[in-house]
Amino acid sequence: MHFYLPIAEMSVNIFLILAMGGGVGFLSGLFGVGGGFLMTPLLIFIGVPAPVAVGTEANQIVASSVSGVIAHWRRGNVDFKMGGVLLAGGFIGSSAGVVLFKFLQGLGQIDLTIKLCYLIFLGIIGGLMFAESARTIIRSRSVSATRGKLHQHNWLHGLPFKMRFRRSKLYISALLPLMVGAGVGVLSALMGVGGGFIMVPAMIYLLGMPTSVVIGTSLFQIIFVTANVTFLQAVTTQTVDVPLALLLLIGAVIGAQFGSKYSVRLKGEQLRILLSVMVLAVCGKIGYDLIVTPADLYSIAPLLAH
Amino acid sequence: MTPNPTAFLLLIVAFVASAANAAKGQDLVADLSSHHVAITTGFTGADVLLFGAVEGTGDIVVVITGPLENVVVRSKQRIAGIWVNADTVEFESVPNFYVVASSRPLEEITSPDIRETQQIGASNIAATVAAGDRDRPAAELAQFREALIRNKQKSGLYSTEPERIGIVSDRLFRTQIHFPSNMATGNYTAVVYLFREGEAVQAVSTPIRVEKVGVGAEIYNFAHQQSALYGIAAIVIAVFAGWLGGVIFRKV
Repeated sequence: MHFYLPIAEMSVNIFLILAMGGGVGFLSGLFGVGGGFLMTPLLIFIGVPAPVAVGTEANQIVASSVSGVIAHWRRGNVDFKMGGVLLAGGFIGSSAGVVLFKFLQGLGQIDLTIKLCYLIFLGIIGGLMFAESARTIIRSRSVSATRGKLHQHNWLHGLPFKMRFRRSKLYISALLPLMVGAGVGVLSALMGVGGGFIMVPAMIYLLGMPTSVVIGTSLFQIIFVTANVTFLQAVTTQTVDVPLALLLLIGAVIGAQFGSKYSVRLKGEQLRILLSVMVLAVCGKIGYDLIVTPADLYSIAPLLAH
Repeated sequence: MTPNPTAFLLLIVAFVASAANAAKGQDLVADLSSHHVAITTGFTGADVLLFGAVEGTGDIVVVITGPLENVVVRSKQRIAGIWVNADTVEFESVPNFYVVASSRPLEEITSPDIRETQQIGASNIAATVAAGDRDRPAAELAQFREALIRNKQKSGLYSTEPERIGIVSDRLFRTQIHFPSNMATGNYTAVVYLFREGEAVQAVSTPIRVEKVGVGAEIYNFAHQQSALYGIAAIVIAVFAGWLGGVIFRKV
């Protein structure tokens, strides 16, 4: 059965879109990640124009983050104060990101920028996660590791505007989460992702937040940052395809149920190593496409109105 | 399209044609099975039948042209190991869609010069290089022009080979025009030429309107005309859908 997407202006098979939503939803339930970093490249791969893929995926992440945050909220695993500061940064970053997106679109470099962002960030995150989980697996087979300090103190902790975050048990400069939020916000607008895969490690290693509140707080602020991206993309580029987002969402909700059921059967480090392999595979594919000589060196695009 | 109404149409055309021709001294009449292509939510492309009648011998060539647009053609270069868009040429007034159909191969019907002046055949479309790029070497511009046509053909919007026009008993002709699902909305034109001894002796033109209809059209217009409100609606829908998903989640 085919459906004509009104904004993407193309006809797609409904079952293909549902299956894509289901597959990515399964993986996001399994690994506890948003899945935007998989979905946006997949959408581009099936022929959805890159700007529409990014704008629509932001819209879908709003929905999946709302679903996710409800459970964490109930357990009290959301640090609203920290979320608020991250969010302030996120608004600045994502607004700048949408402007940058429109600018690069005019230059003809948006596709390259999206791909390079994916290559760099998936490469770093996937590589680090792979190394860390491989080390944990090897170590758990020999001797139990000795636990170090909660987090290292460095120059970052000497910054002004110190703020107390009770739930995160932190007393740090507000500039730190503001910068993290802004950085991830830019990427959110450029890559069509929630940015959880960057936000979560940044919260743990850079801010030193306890793991228990990290997921809930990151989801909380992702809702607002992706909502901001959705709104700004809708206004500046008109690339948010609501029917497409809804179709993806239906698949994702169902897929995530099965995913989270399977996740309890695997150990944390096993999950992380699988996730890192998947992240590196996506990264490798994007990198390969950038290096290999394209079939046609020329491409065409309708000229945007001046 | 069932064959019966088509045959009926052709029959009517035959009668009308002979009557009209006698009155006006015209040798060529043509029409379409539909002047309106509606892009609905179930749209996967459309076929429109072009039919007509001709008095006496001759070759028929049909050219369907879509709305004009400005196109930028980009060429990639390898920079630091990766392929980057490095060079661009802008073209103005490029038909978004271009299909040719003919009763015989175009080379047998008329000369290359006439094909060029009449813009018959995808390689002869009128794509003007934008003012800023005009002083570049002709060979370079030709490459960009070829790339433009090649990419349009790859996306199915330009024909590579002319479609066949069937002629029944030297009098009635018909051809099926396929519009792919990625076509743009707007005003299209079908021009039917009658060629005799390499010269276009007559031409008739008929319009086709392509537009979105129904829910899809409303969503599109909403997104483009009230984009701020559309953005807010998109967020509200997403929050509600997400909340609903969360509630269902808990029950399972």
